[in-house]
Parts: sequence; structure tokens; C-alpha cells
Amino acid sequence: MNVAETAAPVIGRPADQNGLPDSPGTPEIDRFREYRRMWSTFRRSYSAMLGLTIIVIFLILAAIGPWIVPFPEDALGSINLDRKLLPPSAIHWFGTDEVGMDIYTRVVVGARTTLWIGLTITGIAMLIGVPLGLIAGISDSWVREAIMRVTDVFLSVPGLILAVAIVGALGPGIMNAMIALSLVWWPGYVRLVQSKALSIRNETYVEAARSIGASELRIVFVHVLPNCMSPIVVKASMDMGMAILGAASLGFLGLGAQPPYPEWGAMISIGKNYLPDWWWYSLFPGLAIYLTVLGFNLVGDGLRDMLDPRQRS
Amino acid sequence: MGHLILRRLLLMVVMLIGLMAIVFAISNIAPGDPARLAAGPDATNEMVEALRIERGLDRPIYVRFGIYLSNLASGDLGTSLLTRRPVLADIARYFPATFELVLFSIGIAIVLGVPLGMLGAVFHNRFADHSIRFVAVSGVALPMFWLGLMLQWYLALKLDLFPLGGRLGIMTPRPEAITGMLTVDTLLAGDFKTFREAIWYMVLPATALSLPALASIIRVNRAEMLETLNKDYILNARAQGIGPFRVVAAYALKNAILPTLAMIGLRFGWMLGGTVLVEGVFDYPGVGLYATKAAVSSDFDPIIAVTLVLGASFMLVNLLIDLTYALLDPRVRSQI
Repeated sequence: MNVAETAAPVIGRPADQNGLPDSPGTPEIDRFREYRRMWSTFRRSYSAMLGLTIIVIFLILAAIGPWIVPFPEDALGSINLDRKLLPPSAIHWFGTDEVGMDIYTRVVVGARTTLWIGLTITGIAMLIGVPLGLIAGISDSWVREAIMRVTDVFLSVPGLILAVAIVGALGPGIMNAMIALSLVWWPGYVRLVQSKALSIRNETYVEAARSIGASELRIVFVHVLPNCMSPIVVKASMDMGMAILGAASLGFLGLGAQPPYPEWGAMISIGKNYLPDWWWYSLFPGLAIYLTVLGFNLVGDGLRDMLDPRQRS
Repeated sequence: MGHLILRRLLLMVVMLIGLMAIVFAISNIAPGDPARLAAGPDATNEMVEALRIERGLDRPIYVRFGIYLSNLASGDLGTSLLTRRPVLADIARYFPATFELVLFSIGIAIVLGVPLGMLGAVFHNRFADHSIRFVAVSGVALPMFWLGLMLQWYLALKLDLFPLGGRLGIMTPRPEAITGMLTVDTLLAGDFKTFREAIWYMVLPATALSLPALASIIRVNRAEMLETLNKDYILNARAQGIGPFRVVAAYALKNAILPTLAMIGLRFGWMLGGTVLVEGVFDYPGVGLYATKAAVSSDFDPIIAVTLVLGASFMLVNLLIDLTYALLDPRVRSQI
């Protein structure tokens, strides 16, 4: 988001040589102004900045977590029965679990797992959904009908239960949980991109491009896709949060990551057996999920206000 | 209207067949042998072979899909390896409990969400609005299984205000099963004491289940109300001296409620999925718990059946929402 610094030298160039206040400068300067306007919209929103802060902390933990935690050997599973189920203290900030692993260490290292899960699910869903949505949006024939009917059927089942069914068929495990969630996630992108592409296709500038002989391929990649990007970016940010929530849910059900893999949902799944006396076991991983999802949702809201001022409420 | 209902019902049948195709595909992506999968992990080779021929699994895939559809049509959803009963009987037993839990939850979400959304819009950018928005933003981010656990830990285990889980106390006599829904059956039997108890057991799971829906309903209703309250006809109503409460609750809400209704329908479906998480936490005997137990022990038929039942319920709810939409808004009637 550091647009202001990377683009700083551009300011030095005179933007309006003829002295008019709003005259168009070079394309780079226009783009820079646009970025600056968007960034100032984003920055003015308290909640969007809170979300961004949470995500930056989360990304830092995901990047350097394994090197800053107090008990790195607990990350992937070790047994120290002499310090099992200790309450939170100065040494073990979030307490320890039933085999003596430091929960703070495992929550911090879990950030990396969570980031990886969220990126994979959202990424695969976009890779499947966006092209299908584009095809459905620009083609008039039975292709669109076929794609949209399949999408409708997928959207008519609660995603979580469909994911449970897929994991049930593939067998529990973190890879299978990610595959299952990706398979139920793409229809949302088809619906979004298709409706957007459909409306862009009838815009005058697309008509103009077509009339001067632009190929369908060029129209899709030069005109339609770039104009679909804003809603895709907003949805992707929201979906990062929701995919993380979904993967944690499967982990909690025992269908996702398997212990002792440091995944927040799986940690809560075991921690629930140690309530009420050892409450810290499931409390802290849950808080981590909540804050991360909250961060991505708040940033998603902020991005929507920034990229699409008309929808601001 | 009749024509509309008929067309939507036909569309729903097509969608249901589509859903069955997806479910059929899922049971075929399973690595290894579908016959072995259906027979369960402990079956011998002879049992697997017998099942393969019995189910026609040695035939080509389109024949198998046909067999599958005709099995479903005759109510054969397979047998559960865990309960050793026909899946259809299990579903009939567990679904009513899930249905009343979801209805109760969506009730909570609507009764709290619509007024809170209105309040947020009326007190735009004041303290009340900020607190309501905090609830709305947090609600969708909280993992509902974790929220359920925390409620259980604090309100049930620590303060002993609510039961830990289950559907009714062990010693409480069950009413005669008519609908299968305890709340309805107890009312039909005139047993108000057990009715209260049945509600009491639902409070914590329903709270956990309703929070994301509550949050989205607040969000949509608040945004719609904000927009509606700026319309000219509202200004006109105010200028005519109509009281502020009437303007907001009757004039504005009527127009803001349609998008909220769409959100309620969507959230109802997600709640059906959420029962998988919440019922496990509270040991609530519904189809969600049934499906989860089946999924962790590779008992495949029940999961598929629950997916079908929940998918069909979601489609039905969507149909009802669309029809309500058409009833409330004449402009929509021509479009769907």
C-alpha cells in the first residue's frame, strides 16, 4: 500500500504546464493521483486501518514466526510432560497443552499455516471461477447456460456441508480440506464475474472497440477483465477471511489438519476436551482466528469503499 | 402467481437432479473403490464384491447414475455403518431437531437484527450506531464453533445457567412424536414444562448459530435503511407531520426490508451448513452431528444423504423467499 513512497519522484514533474487546475497530465500522473485519492479514502476509515494493521501483524508473524517464538521445537510437535497444561504465565504466555507444548508458539506458527490455506483456497477458486465467469459473461450460447446452471446448483447447497462431503470422500487431511473448500468456493466468482462482464459487454466503449475490428480475445483481456478487477479484489479479500474460517471449521471437525500440525481449528478441536479447567487451550487459537478473519473483512470493506465509491454507505 | 409457483417448482426439480449429479460425482472421486467405501473399512473382500454387484458398481457410469437416481426416488439412501440403520430412518429421526434449531436461530437473528439495523441507521454515526456496527463486523468473523465452546464454558460450565448440551434432560419424559420437533410436540401434548425445557436446551446452540446471520441482517438492513431514509418520499412523510416512529418503522422499513429478506434466505442456507459445527459442540442430536460423526469414520452414505437433504431444504427456502419477494413487490413478479 506504500504508493506514496514508490511514486514520490513523479510529484516533481509539473503536472499542469498550462496552468489549468484539472488538466490531464501524463497517464502515470493520472494514475498516481488516482492511487493517492484511493489511499486517502482508505486511510480515513478507522476500521479499514485497523484491519490493515491486523493483517500486517499477521503477515509478519507468518513470515518470521518460526524464528521469534520462545519454543520453536513445539511448532510441529514435541512432548514435555513435565510442563503439561500449565496456565498462562510469563514463560508460557498462552499456557501449555496436554503434552506440554507452548500454545503461544503454536498459535504464532499457525499464522503461516493459516495464510497458506487462505491463499490456496482463494487462489484456486479464482483460477477456476474467473475464467468460467468471463466465458459465461461474453458467450451467448448454450455455453453460458451450462456454466450458470452448474454454478447455480453449487450455490444452492450450503458450502460447508458440501465440503464435508468431499472430505468424507477424499479422506481427512489438510490438503484434502483445501481441495474440498476450493471446489465449493469457485461458483461465487463465476456469478460475480459473469454479471459484471455481462454489463460491461454492452457498454459503448466495448461496442466501439468491436466496431473498429477488435477481436473477442482482445475485448476480454483489454476491456472486460480489467474492469472486473475491483469487485474481484474486494471479494478475494473477504474470501481470505471466510476461507480461513472454513478451513478452521474443518480442522475443528477433525477433517482438516491433523494434530500435532499447528492449525488453529485443530487446536481448538483438542482443546475443547480440556474445558472448563484448562480454558486457555481453546481460547487463544479461537481469538487468533477471530482477529485474522476480522482483519481481512475490515480490509475488504475498506477496499470496496476505496475502489467503488458509489457503493459507499 | 400460480403459474410462477409452478415454474419455480419445475426449476427446483431440475436443480435437485443437478445436486444429485454433483453428489454422485463426489462419491466417484473417492480414491479407491466405491464398493469398498460403501461397505466400510472392516468389510471382507467377499462382502465388497457382493455389494459391487448388488449396487451395479460394475456397470458403466451413466447406468450407475440412473440406478442411483431410481434408488433415491424409492427412498433408498443406503445404510449407515455407524447406526446400522437405513439412512432414511436416521434422517427422519434427526432432521426435525435440526429444523427447529435453525428456525429458532433465524428467529433470533431476525427479531434482533432488523430492529438493530434500524437503530443503527436512525442514529447514524452516533455511539449506538458504532456499537451496532461492532456487533455486525464481529459476528461474521467469529468462528461459530468457538463461540459455542466459549458460551458453553462460561454460561453452562462456570455459571451453570444453561444445560451443557443435548436435547432434553435425561430424566425428562419425551412427548409422543408427531412432527419429531420437540417444541411442537410438547405444545401439541399441552406439556408446557417440557416445552420450556426444550427451548432452554436450544438457547446456547441457537445463539452461536445465529450470530453470523444476525450480523449480516444488521448490516444489510442498516445500509438499506440509511439509503431509504434519504429518499424524497420520507422527507415528504416527515413534512406531513407523520410521527418519527411511524416514518421509520412503517414507511422506510417497508422498502428496506426486501434486500434484508434476500439476506435472510441466504443466511438460512448457511445456518443449515453451520449445524454441522454447532451440533457437535453441544451434542445436539440433529443431522449436522450425524453427518460429522459419519464423516470422521468414513461412513459415506449418511454424509451424502445429509448433503442432499440440506441442499433440498435450502432450495425450498430460496423458493419461498422468492415467492414472498414477488408477493411484496409487484415489480419483481414479472422478472422471476
